[in-house]
Amino acid sequence: MLSNITIGQYFPGNSLLHRLDPRTKLVVLFALIVALFLFDQPADYFVMSLLTLGCMLLSRVPLRTLVGSLKPLWWILLFTFVIHLCTTPGEEIAQVWMFSLTWEGLSHGFFICLRLVLLLLLSSLLTFTTSPLKLTDALEALLSPLKRIGVPAHELAMMMTIALRFVPTLLEETDKIMKAQQARGADFTTGSIARRLKSVVPILVPLFISAFRRADELAMAMEARCYHGGEGRTQMKQLRFVPLDYVAWAGTALLFALLAALWLL
Amino acid sequence: MAFIEIEHLSHVYHAGEEGERRALDDVSLSIGRGEFVAVLGSNGSGKSTLAKHLNALLLPTEGACRVDGIDTREEAEVWRIRQKVGMVFQNPDNQLIAAVVEDDVAFGPENLGVPSAEIRRRVDAALAAVNMTPFRSYAPHLLSGGQKQRVAIAGTLAMQTEAIVFDEATAMLDPEGRAEILSIVKRLHEEQQITVIYITHFMEEAAAADRVVVLDQGHVVMDAPPRAVFSHADELRALGLEVPLAVELRDRLRAAGIALPADLLTETELVAALGRAAESTVAAAGGNAAQERQAEASGHAVERAAGVPAGRGARQQAMPGRAAEKGGDGLGHRA
Repeated sequence: MLSNITIGQYFPGNSLLHRLDPRTKLVVLFALIVALFLFDQPADYFVMSLLTLGCMLLSRVPLRTLVGSLKPLWWILLFTFVIHLCTTPGEEIAQVWMFSLTWEGLSHGFFICLRLVLLLLLSSLLTFTTSPLKLTDALEALLSPLKRIGVPAHELAMMMTIALRFVPTLLEETDKIMKAQQARGADFTTGSIARRLKSVVPILVPLFISAFRRADELAMAMEARCYHGGEGRTQMKQLRFVPLDYVAWAGTALLFALLAALWLL
Repeated sequence: MAFIEIEHLSHVYHAGEEGERRALDDVSLSIGRGEFVAVLGSNGSGKSTLAKHLNALLLPTEGACRVDGIDTREEAEVWRIRQKVGMVFQNPDNQLIAAVVEDDVAFGPENLGVPSAEIRRRVDAALAAVNMTPFRSYAPHLLSGGQKQRVAIAGTLAMQTEAIVFDEATAMLDPEGRAEILSIVKRLHEEQQITVIYITHFMEEAAAADRVVVLDQGHVVMDAPPRAVFSHADELRALGLEVPLAVELRDRLRAAGIALPADLLTETELVAALGRAAESTVAAAGGNAAQERQAEASGHAVERAAGVPAGRGARQQAMPGRAAEKGGDGLGHRA
């Protein structure tokens, strides 16, 4: 059923990572990604891999699920590896057609792929342990200092909230429209691609019309409840840093120092 | 001074353009604090337009609308007015904003800038008042229509509005959802003295109000307690409105020659009156055809009422749709 889907890939739980403030998680993730690109010594990669593995275990999200999030990356990894293997100059291992495979290429390709894998795993950890709603709150909080230079932080967060609220509703509606069209003989599953694309039009048209009507009514309901933008607005659920967050910050700072030391050695 | 005062209010859609339509024409109405007013009318009678004037979602083309002494045309006061008069709309799906029930209830007070501890307190109280506390962390799309409307009611309660306008809030619900909403509305009116303006085209719901205003083509045609309004059943029918089942039955039985009071309103009253009529018939033991028929009719009615399981009685009574469907024809056969 279309209505059974969940948005994002949030995996509910109460692990250490789940309990971290979403703002902390966003900032730490950003710092780790920077570190990944900045420090490229094998020792650095080793530390980062250990850290990622540690976080994966801490999150209590099944490893299979986490590794599953790498699936869409498979072809890109292979492509990257082959390109590096073939194009890096150095000591030759073998000659294949017009390319020469090198030891340098092998190690370079391996580390680049490792970097991509770590990047994706760390980002997945964020979305697995943080509900989309908390992410929205965190984004608004982190962007709000930029309001002064014209970044519409509150509006962006409100848009995300409404989108999250209406995705299931619109999916249900799509389901309903499709069934209504099928009941009148529409066929979405056979025929050429052009034919199938054409058969989507009678679904999209009513869906769009209804979405606009919903938007209109929703705006009125929001006005009736005194919505007038982010100005002077308070929040029921305020994000609050806990000691755990301070630990995470301190840990990230130390990690940076360690990685930098290993890099300089 | 009355809480809401409407003076010679007219509203014209698309004024001066093609398709100009006068939805309200010279309506004057005053609603006191703590009243429970039902506004009845068929499609296009202007009842929704009237509702949207009460919290400045629409502004009068002519005349004036004042809420607690504030003219709705004063732009600077719009938020104060909407803080006094909340609104529950027809479509339960298109008025919930947040992806979690309690966040949605908090939306109003957040907009008003209430401190967060106070918002939490209000949200808890509002959810408890509509019996939705167990669903506080649900996503709205997992709730039934009636539950969504209860969340919408909680949303206005959390803003601590003095009045709530229900703009056909039950029109898209199933009979059970309708009964649920109506019983919560009644309770809020009684326990929290909230002023209720209840727009509907279901007669049975209007019967629960203290006062019924009937609109037709933008005019107020009746404004009286429900008992008085429903004693003019013929006029209501002429306006394209269906009268409540009990009233319909009352009129048909009276036409068939059974002695019943002309101002009967609810099924309970009808059953009681029929019981009395049946007793007197049996006592008289006349045995003529008319009396037999009368006894039989009363018997059916009583039987039907008794067939309702205990505890569902009140709900059944307040369940207009289902009753109305069975209404006219079905009972016509029996009688």
